[in-house]
Amino acid sequence: MAFKRTSKAKKAARPVAGSRAAAPEVKKKVPARKAAAARKAPATPGRKAAPAKPSRAPAARSYAPEAARAVAKDVARWMREDVDRSKAKMPLRKAEFTTDSGIPIPDLLTLADRQKERPEDMGLPGQFPYTRGPQSTMYRARLWTMRQFAGFGTPQDTNARFKYLLSQGVTGLSTAFDMPALMGYDADHPPGEVGKEGVAISTLKDFEILFDGIPLDKVTTSMTINASAIVALCMYIAVADKQGVPLEKLGGTIQNDMLKEFIAQKEWIVGPRPAVRIVVDMIEFCQAHMPRWHPVSISGYHIREAGATAVQEMAFTLADGIGYVEECVKRGMNVDDFAPRLSFFWDVHNDFFEEIAKFRAARRIWAKVMKERFGAKDPRSMMLRTHAQTAGVSLTAQQPYNNVVRTAMQALAAVLGGTQSLHTNSLDETYALPTEDAVTIALRTQQLIAYESGVDRVVDPLAGSYYVEHLTDEMEKRGMEYIHRIDEMGGIIRAVEEQYPQKEIAESAYRFQREVEKGERIIVGVNAFKSDRNAPIDLLKIDEQVAHEQVERLKQVKAGRNEKAVQAALARVEAAARGTGNLMPPVLEAVKAYATLGEVSDVFRKVWGQYREGGTF
Amino acid sequence: MAERKLRILVAKPGLDGHDRGAKIIARALRDAGMEVIYTGLHQTPDMIVSAAIQEDVDAVGMSIMSGAHMTLFPAVIELLKQRGAGDIRVFGGGIIPDDDIPRLKKLGVDEIFTPGSSTQDIVKWIHAHIEERA
Repeated sequence: MAFKRTSKAKKAARPVAGSRAAAPEVKKKVPARKAAAARKAPATPGRKAAPAKPSRAPAARSYAPEAARAVAKDVARWMREDVDRSKAKMPLRKAEFTTDSGIPIPDLLTLADRQKERPEDMGLPGQFPYTRGPQSTMYRARLWTMRQFAGFGTPQDTNARFKYLLSQGVTGLSTAFDMPALMGYDADHPPGEVGKEGVAISTLKDFEILFDGIPLDKVTTSMTINASAIVALCMYIAVADKQGVPLEKLGGTIQNDMLKEFIAQKEWIVGPRPAVRIVVDMIEFCQAHMPRWHPVSISGYHIREAGATAVQEMAFTLADGIGYVEECVKRGMNVDDFAPRLSFFWDVHNDFFEEIAKFRAARRIWAKVMKERFGAKDPRSMMLRTHAQTAGVSLTAQQPYNNVVRTAMQALAAVLGGTQSLHTNSLDETYALPTEDAVTIALRTQQLIAYESGVDRVVDPLAGSYYVEHLTDEMEKRGMEYIHRIDEMGGIIRAVEEQYPQKEIAESAYRFQREVEKGERIIVGVNAFKSDRNAPIDLLKIDEQVAHEQVERLKQVKAGRNEKAVQAALARVEAAARGTGNLMPPVLEAVKAYATLGEVSDVFRKVWGQYREGGTF
Repeated sequence: MAERKLRILVAKPGLDGHDRGAKIIARALRDAGMEVIYTGLHQTPDMIVSAAIQEDVDAVGMSIMSGAHMTLFPAVIELLKQRGAGDIRVFGGGIIPDDDIPRLKKLGVDEIFTPGSSTQDIVKWIHAHIEERA
């Protein structure tokens, strides 16, 4: 056995996609009747009739102006009399209150502030612009997919973890790969990192072990891999083929978001332009052959973890999405042919309401961009569906049990924001990949929210909250400012080459750190409420034996394969890379001949060169 | 002004791309008046040692999140010695379990800063323990 306890998740993966292995009986709401009732009785305090026809163009105002004026007068008096008196007696704790992204929070928001709002910006659940959620019935029809990210050690280790998670009620798999695999190297590459931050994979043989006994026509799988994503997807297809599952039946997601790699996660092989070309090849292939697959998960997670604010996370991620759509359109693809399969991935950090607003604002922006900028006609092209993961970066090494509480609050925000799929982090992840016990608590957290808290029973319950609607509008406004700035720079690829998002993120990360050190930002257990009594926790350790096993298997695979066939296939990969042909078919052929992940990546390095980033900070 | 500024190489060894910590430390040390050289990502021990010697630094600070610290720290220390630069001090930080810290110190790492350390702690430690090399 190569490890002591269990896995870890550190970044995460992907979204959407229904799962069959769900935990169903508990909650299967009947659709039509109840949905209609929900529409009549919106969870919207202080608001009378909901607009009936969202498609009707610019409605004037939501509220009677007299009512608003009366409220405004009341508020002015209240500010003068009550608030000012109260402040004189007891000053506010801070001179100014803002969200974590720096959006000012007024003393009070009321009906009067809603005058600016346009009803068509909110719409109805499942209708443009999807502020209230991508489906009309949301969790009343189907709960979000509980998808726990896992991967460590050998493929056998991770296969066992997958089976454990399935037995405990996860409804989708999510695979973490180790650093060598993410950077396009085999297990025999210089040492130290094999199997450490994810599962070690070099050849199709490893994939066969990884998914052994897991029916790929029944389970949807997410794979968090980017620079070498094309190899991983081809290996997955090849394993499915061996199981007798055809391409069109495969459901799942491959992260495959190279732009955010250059922006934040920093695992790459070749530079931005060839990297994006490979992404577009994969989108094009999946559009033609894999109707249930999400060929890219446009990810804010890593951008946020690297230090971005919620506004920056949302804006840079949507800008990445725009970048991919532009490149696909340039390739000659019809927007409605591929856009419905694009998916997203958000981080969920601590600022509860701002995080909820982020989900809502992002859906609204994406819907408008797809419709107005790209002329999408199919509603599914405009509908932002997302995976979410609680914020690893918010967890603390100090008093690690507090992390359970942080994660629970973040997970609740993701659900109130309307996520389609969720990963909850484990309490021990500031130290290592999570143990089985820690992962179980993380999964139970989702199950508690789903089955006990009652939030699954209502669609978009915070709609109409003055504060949440205000934040949603502010997020949209500030996000669009970034998107315009990036457009002016010549688009996101250009902006990434100029290190614009990278610098913005580093700036935010440094500001955050200074706030913590000055005590302006409290982190419980770190700069306040410290304790020497840190309960010890068990940790998962990955043995060096993993690397030896992997190198051995790699040698065996290489010894047993048809070398001529491998070299011929790799030559076809190279020819496609140098030309304009789609890379998927030759890479698929190569991995089926047991060419390694490193060998295919070497072809890319040979054709386009290894990308390097300078040491700016 | 007889004194030159302390020169510190902030290094990010291995394939792991998590560079938020390394960049924050680099900025904080610079703001504290040191000369800071940051290697950028994905450095091998050999690249780090070459940079340290070339830049004539007083200390190397390595940021490791990948779990590969028991491999990468000793490799850098060994190479520094081999190339006659054993007096360049080595410190580091990242995701490093408590149990491994005494072992790393025995191997020649001067100090390890774990999550929650403030940049000011690190600045203070450097001023107290790192001297300009002769």
